[in-house]
Amino acid sequence: MSENLIEIKGVRHAYPTKSGSLPVLDGLELSVPEGGFAAVVGPSGCGKSTLTRLIAGLMKPDHGEVWLHGELVKGPKSTVGMAFQNPVLLEWRTILQNVMLPLEIVPTKLSKREQEDRARKLLALVGLEGFEEKRPSELSGGMRQRASLCRSIVHKPDVLILDEPFGALDAFTREDLWQTMHKVKAEEPFTGVLITHDLRESIFLADQVVVLSGRPAKTQYVMDVHLTGDRDIEHLYTPESAEALNILRHQIQIAQGRTEAEEPAK
Amino acid sequence: MTFRQILVPLSAIVLFGVLWEFLVWVNGWPNYVMASPSDLPPAYARYWELFLVMGWQTLWRTVVGLLLAIAFGIFLGMVMGFSRTMRDALYPLLVGFNAIPKATVVPIVALLFVGDHNFNTILIAFMISFFPIAVSVSIGLSTLEPEYRDILASLGASKTTIFWKIALPKTLPEFFGALKVAVTLAFIGTNLMEIVSPHGRGLGALFDSGKTNSDYPLMFAVLIALALMGIVLYYVVVALEKIFAGWAERSPSY
Repeated sequence: MSENLIEIKGVRHAYPTKSGSLPVLDGLELSVPEGGFAAVVGPSGCGKSTLTRLIAGLMKPDHGEVWLHGELVKGPKSTVGMAFQNPVLLEWRTILQNVMLPLEIVPTKLSKREQEDRARKLLALVGLEGFEEKRPSELSGGMRQRASLCRSIVHKPDVLILDEPFGALDAFTREDLWQTMHKVKAEEPFTGVLITHDLRESIFLADQVVVLSGRPAKTQYVMDVHLTGDRDIEHLYTPESAEALNILRHQIQIAQGRTEAEEPAK
Repeated sequence: MTFRQILVPLSAIVLFGVLWEFLVWVNGWPNYVMASPSDLPPAYARYWELFLVMGWQTLWRTVVGLLLAIAFGIFLGMVMGFSRTMRDALYPLLVGFNAIPKATVVPIVALLFVGDHNFNTILIAFMISFFPIAVSVSIGLSTLEPEYRDILASLGASKTTIFWKIALPKTLPEFFGALKVAVTLAFIGTNLMEIVSPHGRGLGALFDSGKTNSDYPLMFAVLIALALMGIVLYYVVVALEKIFAGWAERSPSY
């Protein structure tokens, strides 16, 4: 196998429905090297969430292969971390206990004490110091999402899967969390796949943006992002960002099948 | 519990008693039409031994029936909550069973198991109270958002682990809501059987003997005793809910 940590080749998948099978993915390709961070964008309903479930091993594709770390994915692996748009924190646990949840499932060499220290360290990293003993219901949406992020990386997963984690947040909170993501990635390196609807988010966070076509989704376009280094929000307003966003927006329109309709002259 | 939390319900009860007494006095009802609160202490004083014995019988049968309903209700709820097929198969059956007025089942059960008075009574208390528990547990489990499952399933957790760590605790608030309904229903079941069954025991039988002897103060005294037991059992459930599902109570948001 190649040196890519995540390798998805020719994946095809369909769901059975009342009116026959509904293909959602057809010809999906995705390669993410170790330490890479890929953002996947595409029209709504194009099977992006199916993609996350495939990588996590929660389902198997009808055709094609999903490789993680040079191993064919056959079922759930404890080397994956997931965070969703809905932070799904357990209301009956404190924030600290919520973050420690994966360590109760995944085999770990850490003692209880070390596990707790690690959870506390992560919470401090995302700015939740002092909230360890609070209940999820006492936290704002953005804070809950930060806690959810800590939970997804507490067991040092090889692959972090983020399924529109910032989708339900207001614009300011979202930009705060983007910066938190950079901080987390610097301190706790991970290989990640980010599903998003937000093109600005994709070029701000990822080093590779993958555009999926409309249903059934195939990989339509891949863009390498070179906004590397110390990214801050101002980078989104440089001419090179504007150009990247323009290209992506155009690709999305093609994916939606709208370009011809809007530009009849072509 | 603060002073206010005791004082407010207590004064409401006192006010209710005063209004009741006033209503009887204003209308000049003799106590074979409607007993008044002032008739109750003499009734309790005269029959206090009977009240203790019969009250205890009603209480333990109700509690045993309720415990059976909890065990069976949770089991049925789990089966229907996890399997769509079982849900489709059992729901109509269950709704139909629940729609039958239990008062009509009482004579059938009494004839089926003649003489087994304890068993009959517990059976009716159980039959009348398991339904809300089964429905609430099944709804709680079947509406569990898939992300909750995915969080643990993606780490390779087994179905049992997911049930104990997430599904069960998440269903507790619904379960306790149903249990509050089931408590009062169980009392109805116990008393139905105690009243109808010949040579019955328990507060229901005491009520029946009050009826036969035209002892109206006794009949009302039984009703109040039942109400008191219902209140006590209800608050036991509330206390358990505070312990096991207290997290579901939101503090005022800010």
